[in-house]
Amino acid sequence: MTKMSGAQAFIEALKRQNAKVIFGIIGGATLPIYDVLLDSGIRHILSRHEQCAAHAADGYARASGKPGLCMATSGPGATNLVTGIANAYMDSSPVIAFTGQVSTHTPNSSYMIGRDAFQEADIIGISTPITKYNAQVKEAAEIPHTIKMAFYIATTGRPGPVLIDLPKNTQTDIAEMEFSDGIEIRGYKPKYNPHPLQVKKATELLAEAQKPMILAGGGVTTSNASPELLELAELLMAPVATTLMGKGGFPEDHPLSIGNIGMHGTRAANQLILEADVLLAVGTRFSDRSTGKLDTFCSDRKIIQIDIDSAEIGKNLCVEVPIVADAKRTISAIHELLMKQVKKRKDSVWAIRVKEVKEQLLNNASNNGGNDLKPQFLLKELRKILSGDAIVTTEVGQNQMWAALYYKAFKPRTFITSGGLGTMGFGFPASLGAKVACPDRPVVDIAGDGSFIMTEQDLASSVEEQIPVTVIVLNNSMLGMVAQWQRLFYNRRYSAVKLGRVPDFVKLAEAYGAQGIRIGSIGEFSKAVKKAIKSDVTTVIDVPISPEENVFPMVPPGKGLDEIAIG
Amino acid sequence: MIDMGDEKIHIVSAIVENKPGVLYSVANMFRRRGFNIDSISVGPTEQEDLARMTVTVKGDEKTIDQVVKQLNKLIDVVKVSILDPASVVTREMALIKVHSSETKARSDIMNYVEVFRGRVVDISPETLMVEITGSSDKISAFIDLMKPFGIKEIARSGITALSRGSKSVKVEE
Repeated sequence: MTKMSGAQAFIEALKRQNAKVIFGIIGGATLPIYDVLLDSGIRHILSRHEQCAAHAADGYARASGKPGLCMATSGPGATNLVTGIANAYMDSSPVIAFTGQVSTHTPNSSYMIGRDAFQEADIIGISTPITKYNAQVKEAAEIPHTIKMAFYIATTGRPGPVLIDLPKNTQTDIAEMEFSDGIEIRGYKPKYNPHPLQVKKATELLAEAQKPMILAGGGVTTSNASPELLELAELLMAPVATTLMGKGGFPEDHPLSIGNIGMHGTRAANQLILEADVLLAVGTRFSDRSTGKLDTFCSDRKIIQIDIDSAEIGKNLCVEVPIVADAKRTISAIHELLMKQVKKRKDSVWAIRVKEVKEQLLNNASNNGGNDLKPQFLLKELRKILSGDAIVTTEVGQNQMWAALYYKAFKPRTFITSGGLGTMGFGFPASLGAKVACPDRPVVDIAGDGSFIMTEQDLASSVEEQIPVTVIVLNNSMLGMVAQWQRLFYNRRYSAVKLGRVPDFVKLAEAYGAQGIRIGSIGEFSKAVKKAIKSDVTTVIDVPISPEENVFPMVPPGKGLDEIAIG
Repeated sequence: MIDMGDEKIHIVSAIVENKPGVLYSVANMFRRRGFNIDSISVGPTEQEDLARMTVTVKGDEKTIDQVVKQLNKLIDVVKVSILDPASVVTREMALIKVHSSETKARSDIMNYVEVFRGRVVDISPETLMVEITGSSDKISAFIDLMKPFGIKEIARSGITALSRGSKSVKVEE
């Protein structure tokens, strides 16, 4: 037991969790914490909007596999975090958000919870549906345990965001603090080991399968199951498709990789999944964007689903063999059993078919001679320039889908994107978080002009805090993906998608003290990217593209994966 | 369990942390996932730091499966069970205020109360307040009988339930 203030206990608790970085913005209700933070040795990165702080923490978490921390003051500071927290929730990212709050009691003052005090917002009420757990500290002495719980819950089982609300008086009050080692939460006991019977059933199905296929979701990356997945895929000679969140979980330069499935999946993946007789789905919630119409997705094939979250079993889809467990352990167990039963099936009819489909339905994207810079081609070029361990983040919309289709990810945690919530403005602050986590690796945000403008103010943080990243703005002066839908489904009636005069991104970058480069050809693009990734200041590369450019292939919303349009 | 085609009423018994905000997070989950709460009752258990929530939910098997899983996902929910309709005692309590200014009405109401094993708990010149306990069906039947007299107010507690015999939804200490 040690006597100290709540703020001191808070920082001490963070240190015990090995916290190195917090992204945030200070305010009245977090002053006591920031005072202790100043000489704590924990790095604080001052964001320019709390949404950026939350996305940066998210990017940090996804790039490193460690929890990402963000902090905001009460009221508007806290509510500004909401989009970032919701984003982390949808993509199961261990973001831990700390918010200041007005005091639980203040003698002779109305500055207290429940009286609509200055900058009071019910952030617990607001964040309940978008956090894995949230709690408000009622007394200073609760702080050590509450912080420990926050880290434990955010990072174990199916990871997810946790929010801890810290009333100002709990930061200043002095109390006897107890920092215990263990933690026991009776309502929370994640299970990691697969049930042997389910493993046996899955193995039998896979052993008998003539046309096995694997669908890798974000859970593969979360549980670091990529090496095991690769072994299993090679043993089965099963093609591996990924969901958007799963991208990077299986090396896309591997002969068995067939890219993403779904609305903007590759033709090969969407074709082969319809031919497969057994599908092993790992760490995926079968999002509507991945499956298309469920009848088509499921018909005639048996599905094995591995997920650590039992609520994902039967939520969107009823499967043949559900396994509630950690992906890494389960795939290992299946592999071990399967090794005794099957030999590598190099020359099976299915293996030949997979190769054939891959060759026939390759995503061809050549710069077809015209003056337009084709984003598809640029992204293939980008892959050639960047090292295998470089990290790419994306914004949301066409830029994201082009990146998913044409930029190949070779390693886990190298493709960071807002999968579930689809948050425009995510990519840039997330790239800053990723760069802070991995300072020695190039980090590139593939952006659109519409998305970048939503969080572009964090250029200030990137310059001030010396976090050099590269932003490639695929600039069509349009909210391009929505424009594409209006083109395809609303008879080209463009409503509210033309951005008109977007800012001059070169000047904008320079105004912040960053570097801006506008390119007009493929040659200039390569040169600019090479210059940018070597630069010690953030670089914005403005790439003018045609507003008429579409993302294809595309499975129209509500249709089956067999109804793919290729342009 | 009341049959309504595929949709049935299920009784979910959840042991939760007895602290502020838990009812909110449970109710919030039901709302956000589109599950319908038919009734809910909450109270402390034999362990003072735990509370029992008895929730009756309408839905098919798939829905109820999700209800249980989503409840289990909440950190402050410690244990969840669907009570087996074949071996469960369910009770609801209602307070019903009925017009009874006429003498004939008053004695008729008293008779009904006796048959239903209720109790008159308050009398005023114009009204009687009846306390009645039992299954929800029994209470609904009683309320129907009271309608002709003119019901002034009703307060129903919602269903609470326990498994029969030695089976229990309990958290080991």
